[in-house]
Amino acid sequence: MSSRAFQIQANDNVATLLDDANAGEIEVTGASRDKIHSLEKISRGHKIALREIALNEAVMKFGVRIGHATKTINRGAWVHLHNLASDLDERSGTLDLHSGAPTDTNSAYV
Amino acid sequence: MSDLLNKSWPGFLRPDGRKGVRNLVLVIYTVECAQHVAHAIANGEEDVHVIGFPGCYDNAYAIRLMLALARHPNVGAVLSVGLGCEYTQPEKLAETVRASGRPAEWFFIQQSGGTKTSVAKGKELISRLREKIRQETPRVPMTLADLTVGCECGGSDGTSGLAGNPVVGAFFDLLVDAGGNAVFEETVEMIGLREHMLTRAANAGAKQQLAAAYDKAERYCRSVRQWSVSPGNFAGGLTTIEEKSLGAFAKGGTRKIQGVIRVAEQPREPGLWILDSVPDEHFMQFGYTNPNDTEGIMDLISAGSQIVLFVTGRGSVIGSPIAPLVKVTGNSATFRAMQEDMDFDAGRVLSGELTLPQAGRELAEMIVGVARGEASKPEALGHREYFIMYKHQKTPSLAEGCRA
Repeated sequence: MSSRAFQIQANDNVATLLDDANAGEIEVTGASRDKIHSLEKISRGHKIALREIALNEAVMKFGVRIGHATKTINRGAWVHLHNLASDLDERSGTLDLHSGAPTDTNSAYV
Repeated sequence: MSDLLNKSWPGFLRPDGRKGVRNLVLVIYTVECAQHVAHAIANGEEDVHVIGFPGCYDNAYAIRLMLALARHPNVGAVLSVGLGCEYTQPEKLAETVRASGRPAEWFFIQQSGGTKTSVAKGKELISRLREKIRQETPRVPMTLADLTVGCECGGSDGTSGLAGNPVVGAFFDLLVDAGGNAVFEETVEMIGLREHMLTRAANAGAKQQLAAAYDKAERYCRSVRQWSVSPGNFAGGLTTIEEKSLGAFAKGGTRKIQGVIRVAEQPREPGLWILDSVPDEHFMQFGYTNPNDTEGIMDLISAGSQIVLFVTGRGSVIGSPIAPLVKVTGNSATFRAMQEDMDFDAGRVLSGELTLPQAGRELAEMIVGVARGEASKPEALGHREYFIMYKHQKTPSLAEGCRA
């Protein structure tokens, strides 16, 4: 069985993985029914781009803007801290991609 | 649906007219120095819970919060214990509780002897208080209309906004339609949703309150450079505060929001309410808002919630004193891994096993069971975490506290 991703609203350009996925085919459910080719490994709960998203373009989930692309995001790519940033939280671009741990306070642990 | 709406169970009627689902004695300590004695008094005692304030210098917010908890519908009697030097006065706490019709006792450790003497004295007092409320508290029928249920989320991941919070939202719709109160907080997790949130206001007054609470939360986050999103959220797939907010707000269901209450205030009429726990601007600037999930839960209990729902994606092992905590997860893998702590698997909505309304109804049935006396998982495990700290919030009248 292929991994599944859930698209909440029809105008969302990302979907949420319901299963851990490797590169390969993913079944999209929810607001649309589609198949998409994942370009990389994406964990459950994380997001996949449903179409190409340009630099500074709004990333949409729940039908609402959740931030902007900090680089061009290809269809099928993992959307996370490395290519999506908050419009408000200036710290969101500094976090470790895999653990989410802050990197701007590293000096505090010395 | 009507069978659930009419389902009735025996509750505990307080002298002030409020109805509780538990009949507890609450031990309150008024400074960290009295903490050990307070816990030793409650240790091994059935239906005795503990809260307390660690500060020696008093704080109107903390006093009001403790008084709201002391006069909570699930609390029948109170013992407050002080060391004897601190600003917060256990005698005034006891007096204010007595004014609500509940029996209350107090003492200073310094006037009683040492640790062992004080613990023995406290144990005797709580056993008398417990006996009294067990014998004298009238039982009355309760239905969903008599319930106030709070909801907090913590350890959120990508499933929280897809299943965990929406299932609570479905239950909240059902509770509001039944005439009960639903309360949720975390205005710092409504960031990015200003316009969306305002469309949910029941009237112009509520809209104004929501806008003010939202704007303060955003000013607060900018000022302290901390947005309510954590490493665990990122690891769970959430990328921005806006994204987390959308998921968090889903717990509010779809009904109109009646207005905003502050910590220790009660909803003014039935329906859905937002609790604002963010500090007000003050001579010490904002200070910090709730630093962990437990304080948010305390605030929801202070609003009169007899039961509190806790939605988690990544898992959590906290509980609460006074009001049973019911744990909901939208992540079935978390449910399986932490089954000993998790009450409700909302992930079944994602696997297609249940529809959202079915899950909301099943959760309502679980809540009725807990209200009837069945222990939630954290309650049975003995989790009684609490957290009360310094904060500044302008609230209408200090007469509600005890420094007036």
